[in-house]
Amino acid sequence: MSIPAITIHDLAFHYPRQEGICFENFNLEIGAGERFGLFGPNGAGKTTLMNLMTGLLKYEKGSIRLLGHEIKAHPKSVNTIFGFVPQDLSYYPELTARENLAFYGAWYGLDRKVIRSRTKELLEVLGLTSDENRLVRNFSGGMKRRVNLAIGVMHHPKVLFLDEPTVGVDVQSRHHIIGYLKKQNELGTTLIYTSHQLEEAAELCNKIALIDKGKIVAHDKLDDLLDKHGHEGLEGLFLELTGKRFRD
Amino acid sequence: MQTLKATIIKDLKILLRDRVGLFMMFFMPILLVVVITSVQNSTFELVNNNKVSLLVYNDDNGPLGRELVEGIKKIGIFKMQVTDSAGYVLDISRQMHEKDALVALMIPPGFTSYIQSKADEISTRALSDPDSAKQTPSRPAAISDSMKMYYHPVMQASFRQSVEGALRSAVQVIQGEAIVKKLYEAVNQKEVPADLENQILFGQLPISEIPVSRSGSRSIPNASQHNVPAWTIFAMFFIVISLGGIMVREKNSGSFIRLKTMPAGYLNALFSKQIVYGMVTVLQAAVIFTIGNKLFPFIGLPVLHLPKDIWALVIVTVVCGYCAVNYAICVGVYANTPEQSNGFGAISILILAALGGLLVPSFAMPAHLQKIIQLSPLHWALEAYYGLFLEGGKLRDIWMNILSLLGITFLIEGITLYGLKSKNLI
Repeated sequence: MSIPAITIHDLAFHYPRQEGICFENFNLEIGAGERFGLFGPNGAGKTTLMNLMTGLLKYEKGSIRLLGHEIKAHPKSVNTIFGFVPQDLSYYPELTARENLAFYGAWYGLDRKVIRSRTKELLEVLGLTSDENRLVRNFSGGMKRRVNLAIGVMHHPKVLFLDEPTVGVDVQSRHHIIGYLKKQNELGTTLIYTSHQLEEAAELCNKIALIDKGKIVAHDKLDDLLDKHGHEGLEGLFLELTGKRFRD
Repeated sequence: MQTLKATIIKDLKILLRDRVGLFMMFFMPILLVVVITSVQNSTFELVNNNKVSLLVYNDDNGPLGRELVEGIKKIGIFKMQVTDSAGYVLDISRQMHEKDALVALMIPPGFTSYIQSKADEISTRALSDPDSAKQTPSRPAAISDSMKMYYHPVMQASFRQSVEGALRSAVQVIQGEAIVKKLYEAVNQKEVPADLENQILFGQLPISEIPVSRSGSRSIPNASQHNVPAWTIFAMFFIVISLGGIMVREKNSGSFIRLKTMPAGYLNALFSKQIVYGMVTVLQAAVIFTIGNKLFPFIGLPVLHLPKDIWALVIVTVVCGYCAVNYAICVGVYANTPEQSNGFGAISILILAALGGLLVPSFAMPAHLQKIIQLSPLHWALEAYYGLFLEGGKLRDIWMNILSLLGITFLIEGITLYGLKSKNLI
């Protein structure tokens, strides 16, 4: 039996001096090799959960294991296993695409040869080769998103966290990014994805969890959940399980 | 090591591509040092080379009023205009403005008779037997008004006091002369010979001013020696404006979040900032000192003589730059917005500069501030620079200042690390 990509057990977390999102006795398991979608309305706790899984936030109780490694106990060694593509564009706009990849490659601990070959490969795959020496601040929105993604996968992560990786991009860039992510998954990378774009989510994910107010309200294979609740699309299922009233 | 190298390259590229930022980092400090040195040099010139414009209103009809005017002329530091009528105070103010005078002196009516009667009284008492000297002295002739010195409000207290001292010495010469004359006449029953009078009144022991220097040099420090090192320190610490802002922006940006999820520690980013911006501060100082040494004579400013112990200068500059960068990082770690960083950074550097003796010499500060000034890194940096630039000292003469500066730097680093930990940044 393979080790799960993520195992969350009895997790407890709340923001200090702040009401709102909190997790109590939260449990979740994400299998290795899955394309896992984490969904919920605004304020449900998706980003908080992702920050907890990537070690950006420290939890109070319970455990989060990444491919069997407790992230609280080994935060730095665990950091080499996963990649993170944050919702906020996370690179240096004053550098070129090539320079950004070289810098982050060094921070992942890759040696110079690997950085060079991987940079070349990623720029090609993501259609950025002709613009590799332009400053990223001069890129279009779609190109910026692709640079953001390239940095996250620079070190061939076994688990890839994606927080709205295609927000604000055109159809072509989205198609390119989703295609690339599927290919990575076929090569063995577990994808943990969150987005408000449910069509895209349905295209990418094979398993999902719907969370609301720090609790899981549904967790299964996407097709099984749709069958069980009698919906044809993810939007109907989403509205049924999380309600129709406005959220923050 | 590879991570640190990559981070240094990244920081250097970002720095070099920000042309406006670079301009501000180098041009503004140079401008600051040139302007401050020019202003201070003109003050120095005013006191030492130029003459102070003085209006004298002589309302006295006697000879001593005229002698006083002549005596003031002999002092040599005044450009005088004499008039006989002072008129009203408002007229004095108007005339000072019209004639561009900084000081006006009013010799009151009855000045001659007052001085002469006072001299009479003193000589009578001095020549009488000791017992009769204990008797109540006769009052000198009444004077209708006191001598008044009007001054322009721009004159600072120290400058005003030196002008007042010069005028007072002229009055004392007149008084002394009158007393000596009276005494001589009483004893010898004839007037004082002119040569004896001059010998008594003007044969003072001269005082030579000699600057103390560790190197034995007797060269008189000029405005550049005083101001360039002081304002260079200020310029180096002003890196807080750019670096503090960069720290805050990076901390709040997505790139920082990503760095936090990476295996290399965030301290790499801090070391890189220390190295890159440390180099910037040292380069700033090098450019300013070179301009002071090579360019100042061509723009009418006194040349900046570099210390003989160049290695000591390099060490002080590196330690000072290191401290300035750490201060900027500390401000950047605690500030939540660039506005907070810029506002606090700029004001705090001004306060530290004031405490450090850049605006007013430390020795002139009140006793309760004497202990507080030791907390200012700018104070120790300035002491070290003055030890080299003004006193001609060597490294052994200023190592205590360097150690104190390093001590404060390590304290700042400790505060920074605490901030990084408490804000979950490392």
